[in-house]
Amino acid sequence: MSMWRWFHKFGSPKWFFDIASRLIPWLLGTGLVLLLTGLVWGLAFAPQDYLQGNSYRIIFIHVPSAFLAQSVYLMMASAAVVTLVWKMKLADVFVQTMAPVGALLTFLALFTGAVWGKPTWGTWWVWDARLTSMLILLFLYCGVIVLGRAIADEKSSARAVAVLVLVGVVNIPIIKYSVDWWNTLHQPATFTLTKRPSMPVEMWAPLLLSVVGLYLLFGWLTCVRMQTGILVREHRTSWVRALVRSQGV
Amino acid sequence: MTAKLQAATTVPVGVVAAMGGVVRRDLQASFRQPQDLLNPLLFFMMVVTLFPLGVSPEESFLRQSGSGILWVAALLSTLLSLDHLFRHDFDNGTLEQLVLQPQPLYLLVLAKTLAHWLVTGLPLVLLAPVLAVMLHLEGNSIAILCLTLLIGTPVLSFIGSVGAALTLGLRSGGVLLSLLIIPLYIPVLIFGTGTVAAAAGGASVGAYLALMGAFLVLSVTLAPFASAAALRISLSNS
Repeated sequence: MSMWRWFHKFGSPKWFFDIASRLIPWLLGTGLVLLLTGLVWGLAFAPQDYLQGNSYRIIFIHVPSAFLAQSVYLMMASAAVVTLVWKMKLADVFVQTMAPVGALLTFLALFTGAVWGKPTWGTWWVWDARLTSMLILLFLYCGVIVLGRAIADEKSSARAVAVLVLVGVVNIPIIKYSVDWWNTLHQPATFTLTKRPSMPVEMWAPLLLSVVGLYLLFGWLTCVRMQTGILVREHRTSWVRALVRSQGV
Repeated sequence: MTAKLQAATTVPVGVVAAMGGVVRRDLQASFRQPQDLLNPLLFFMMVVTLFPLGVSPEESFLRQSGSGILWVAALLSTLLSLDHLFRHDFDNGTLEQLVLQPQPLYLLVLAKTLAHWLVTGLPLVLLAPVLAVMLHLEGNSIAILCLTLLIGTPVLSFIGSVGAALTLGLRSGGVLLSLLIIPLYIPVLIFGTGTVAAAAGGASVGAYLALMGAFLVLSVTLAPFASAAALRISLSNS
């Protein structure tokens, strides 16, 4: 019974709004510190790669954004299940407010990949499995954004977007395993949970810091954007009106 | 008379009979509106014509890219025809009756999509060899190409049915449908043309065909679930 009460509480926009307000400074602070430490360490102090020289340093931006681009979609898919099964409003607020962020991260991963590809592969772009499936991921994000905006009714929009997100999930394992299944130009994953990374610690430690930092910053952005989304959707409720009045707007 | 009607409407209809009824009705409706049947085919031929005229009529170029051209044209023409899949029934209210049937909507949608493939996908497959000869493809390649289209076009119809159901009743439905569905079509396209390329290169096509078969099985079994859910959403919206 207590789980259901918790569930109900967690689904309440006001409760989330208050929690988010408290989390925002912590997420922003720790995220910024970790990301900046990771980036400065990686870009300025980490050793050179014996093969790629300094050009490999873009990894400290490329890997975190690519990592997050995929996991944001998985988070959206989990939220989509919640939307369809429990019709929780907050889950849909997450999907619709964070889809543009996911698209941006995917674009960033593709862009930094292109910049990295030029010196190492000698070309901006190749039609290999990893790159193509990331491009498809970008299209999927765009589709989610476009569909969400095309349907005016809030409830229908939430459920339609959730169905689309779930159908698109088939792409995620393809991206994840494309470098293992197909022998392509793109190198295999940098981090795995089971094996020690093949890089020296001076390289993977800053990388790990920037990945964790970006995750925390994503959490911060989630709170900020979801708060805005909640205010827009709940603008008729008394607590939003009271809040707006107390801010003196 | 009313008693007879009453009796007729309360006779329980089996699932298979209901599916057959949906297929028969949709085929009948399409054959009474022949332009719906013909338009995708004409579009298919015209898109294929654009490539020799727009890129190069060289035999070597056409032989190399012919299968890709036919696949892209088939994909686009399926996309174009998808808007009709539920649109008429949505406009005249039949779709609501379909949703109210005691049979699972999943199976009725499966039957509807099958009927859609029979009137749009299958004619494309039958027309493809003619166009393939015009693009200077060789006999073996043509056979493999038609086989991949035969397996692939139903996949396109079934994946597309999800998009058609999601965008039903929206003002900018057509363009939106393409934006949502094209990303999901890409893997089918890659393996479809990959099969022909492998055959032309003398490699074995068994693995490719098996993968395409897997696409077919997965899309036939899973896509109707998503389409049925999407239809319910679209109908509750209108």
